Amino acid sequence: MSETSEKQPTTSTVKDFQSDQDVRWCPGCGDYSILAQVQRVFPEFGHKRENYVAISGIGCSSRFPYYMDVFGIHGIHGRAPAIATGVKLVNPSLDVWVATGDGDGLSIGGNHMIHMLRRNLNIKVLLFNNQIYGLTKGQFSPTSVMGQITKSTPMGVIDSPFIPVSLALGAQATFVARTMDRDPKHLQEMVRRAEHHHGAAFVEIYQNCNVFNDGAFFKFTEKGTKDDNVVYLEHGKPMVFGKEKDKGIRLEGFTPTAVSLTEGKYSASDLLVHNENDSTLAFILANMIHNPDLPRPMGVFLSIDNPTYEDLLDSQIARARSKKGEGDLQKLLNGEETWVIS
Amino acid sequence: MTKNVQTLEEVTIRFAGDSGDGMQLTGTQFTNTVAALGNDLSTLPDYPAEIRAPAGTTYGVSGFQIKFGSTDILTPGDSCDVLVAMNPAALVTNIKILRTGGTIIVNEDSFTDKNFKIAGLTSNPLDDPGLDQYHVHRIGITKLTGNALADLNLTTRMVEKTKNFFALGLMYWLYNRELDQSIRFIREKFGAKDPDVAEANLRVLKAGYNYGETTEIFTTRYTVKPAKLPPGTYRNIMGNSATALGLVAAAAKAGLPLFLGSYPITPASDILHELSRLREFGVKTFQAEDEIAAICSAIGASYAGALAVTTTSGPGLALKTEALGLAIMLELPLVVIDVQRGGPSTGLPTKTEQADLLQAVVGRNGEAPLCVIAASTPAECFTAAYEAARIAIKFMTPVICMTDGYLGNGAEPWRIPRVDDLPPISVHFATDPATFQPYSRDPETLARPWAVPGTPGLEHRIGGLEKQHITGNIDYDPDNHDFMVKMREAKIERIAQDVPEQEIEGPSTGDVLVVGWGSTYGAIRSAVSALREKGKKVSHMHLRYLNPFPRNLAGLFKGFTHILVPEINNGQLIKLLRARYLIDARPFNVIKGLPLREEEIEEQIESLLGERHV
Repeated sequence: MSETSEKQPTTSTVKDFQSDQDVRWCPGCGDYSILAQVQRVFPEFGHKRENYVAISGIGCSSRFPYYMDVFGIHGIHGRAPAIATGVKLVNPSLDVWVATGDGDGLSIGGNHMIHMLRRNLNIKVLLFNNQIYGLTKGQFSPTSVMGQITKSTPMGVIDSPFIPVSLALGAQATFVARTMDRDPKHLQEMVRRAEHHHGAAFVEIYQNCNVFNDGAFFKFTEKGTKDDNVVYLEHGKPMVFGKEKDKGIRLEGFTPTAVSLTEGKYSASDLLVHNENDSTLAFILANMIHNPDLPRPMGVFLSIDNPTYEDLLDSQIARARSKKGEGDLQKLLNGEETWVIS
Repeated sequence: MTKNVQTLEEVTIRFAGDSGDGMQLTGTQFTNTVAALGNDLSTLPDYPAEIRAPAGTTYGVSGFQIKFGSTDILTPGDSCDVLVAMNPAALVTNIKILRTGGTIIVNEDSFTDKNFKIAGLTSNPLDDPGLDQYHVHRIGITKLTGNALADLNLTTRMVEKTKNFFALGLMYWLYNRELDQSIRFIREKFGAKDPDVAEANLRVLKAGYNYGETTEIFTTRYTVKPAKLPPGTYRNIMGNSATALGLVAAAAKAGLPLFLGSYPITPASDILHELSRLREFGVKTFQAEDEIAAICSAIGASYAGALAVTTTSGPGLALKTEALGLAIMLELPLVVIDVQRGGPSTGLPTKTEQADLLQAVVGRNGEAPLCVIAASTPAECFTAAYEAARIAIKFMTPVICMTDGYLGNGAEPWRIPRVDDLPPISVHFATDPATFQPYSRDPETLARPWAVPGTPGLEHRIGGLEKQHITGNIDYDPDNHDFMVKMREAKIERIAQDVPEQEIEGPSTGDVLVVGWGSTYGAIRSAVSALREKGKKVSHMHLRYLNPFPRNLAGLFKGFTHILVPEINNGQLIKLLRARYLIDARPFNVIKGLPLREEEIEEQIESLLGERHV
């Protein structure tokens, strides 16, 4: 197994990961929080700074690498997973992160995203989902909701939106999580979990675009509404939510339903217990989004171990070498049949 | 019985049959045997895009042409001396390239009313009085094959599948070749896993040979003496294999891992296949989800410090356009192999063409210069791929290396280079944080430093946005943009100082200079040589470096009254030459999906000489 890089002997700090470039996102943008949380937890991982690589495509989120003082490529629209794949395959010891958005990662780059996930490269994806195209000033994105009024949909969106978590699960990602820009502690924890997963990790981050789609996720992020509309997924624990922890999720057949824990009918032991290693359950939880009466799950939907693509590739090389020895170039050029002219 | 043996200088044979008849295998086997005896040779596989077109149809005919000789063989031949036709469709579609007085060998058993109908024929083409101008041998190949296998209890289908080896065996007899090479091939391919199939093929191959020996149909056998090639160790090689080997060799000489990001596309896929088998060389091949991911993964690989390559054909190159712009902006080494095919759009996937030149040189958004070079023969694909890698690394730039379907699938003898004799490729990774600036430049090459992730203190960000000179930071300053656009152009122009001066084949003054590039080399060279032997003042210039052009090019045109530019496109090199050098060059364009013919080039030259009007 090629574990990511050597551990750093001295402790690095948040400052070590801040580049000298001025951050140019709009004031109040949710991206600031994501950048800050990543810079806060990276020092914990103990890799040497030179072993981090941040790759992005195009969009507001894709400016991310410029603000991280690590190696980075600001690529072209949608192609970050493909660029990251090349980096990782050549040097599996690097800790490779992809910063992308709902347009970059799921529209123009949707194909690369699903294929990178299914191959299970040990690459971490932070998908900033703001349900809008920000950099091009306000057109709908593949996660915009039905009916959403945007510059390119004055009468409302008529495209059915992608659910990023469902898409990642469908693409056979081995780690899938959801978190929010306005919950720094949880966001930090999801970044940590992604780092420690050996394989492709997909983290959807609800991110507020205060200019073109302000408040899209307020129901889940703001004080007054959050508790009743979010259920935090914790491995091995029953799914309880609500300000007074008075509600829970029960599975009836394959259908999750919200139940009260105060009416005497159900107690915590009747509730659905989260299991991160169960991909069937992960799909059920991802589909809760379709029922407006259910809270939105946050946390790790799925975390399972599968061999990574780069490990399999390197083991093929090792196998070929143990069978045939290191390649002999002159022998290769000579081929099977030669003749001599003197 | 004793038979006449006649010595020939060169022969062209065309094997033609249904695409399920194994004609490509037959042709390749014959080629390998001929090559091992030291003949010079050139081959032209010519097959349909459909994997199995309906049997017996004219559009399902697959052909393989080989010219071999004791002389310098430069092309697979304008016309053939012998046509082996396994069915009526193969006969009628190929008869036009058989020279008058040539030999036809047909499998008479396939000349049935049913097959005439499938081929759209109203009568038996063997009854056509036009055939009187050829020597026609009607042989019941299917029946003879069946007889040879009678006691083996094989299915009719199996018997059908081996009949191509009867034709192969017969041709070996006719051209005085041993069966050893093909016997070895059959044993290796089928011996272990399917002894019955091996036995059947061996028997049929020998039956074909013995048929020539014992019957009185053929009164003469032919022999072709080895060619007088320069001393050395030779092998037979196809262009796509040579390209793959050139890349492996370049990576080894540079001391870099080789990474190939590729998406399957005809006629380039064989390079991917070839490299995928070389894991023991540490070659990392990545079959991406599409052409765009293929090149983008190569860009990432290059950033991480590999010799990064992507292989494709015209439609794929179009899809890679935007990423090429990124590679130009990032100034990272990248080799792009374009095995050209007939276009536009899906075009003629299995046919050859040279119509991607302008796409390669200028087909990108913005001012996006890169280096373009081209291979001129199948074996030369090795040198071109190697050179592409050398330039890419030295100048920190993408290089497009152009070959085409004819070069990729064609074969010729290759004098195998000694690894120690290959030109060195030196790599300098930046390591010093005190002096490192992502977009500082080498004063000689104007290349920026290559700084790979994992190097302490060199953390830096690069991207597609305009770079500030030296620092590489994002910069929207108008003067900086103007400066950087011109800097990127100047860097590519510097490559002209690094590559050899252009040479002319023949005298440096004369009446006509024929200027070509890529796979037309053999046909132009043959045409020009033939005319010079007749006393004409004709010379040949063949360009390997298409962007930038060699530094001495302008001066070379001055020695000639006429300049002729033959291309398998509608006039692309000529546009670049006219624009750059303001010369009154004449185009000659045939775009049939086939190599240019020597004869038609000769006609064009003579017409320019005012001696013939076409």
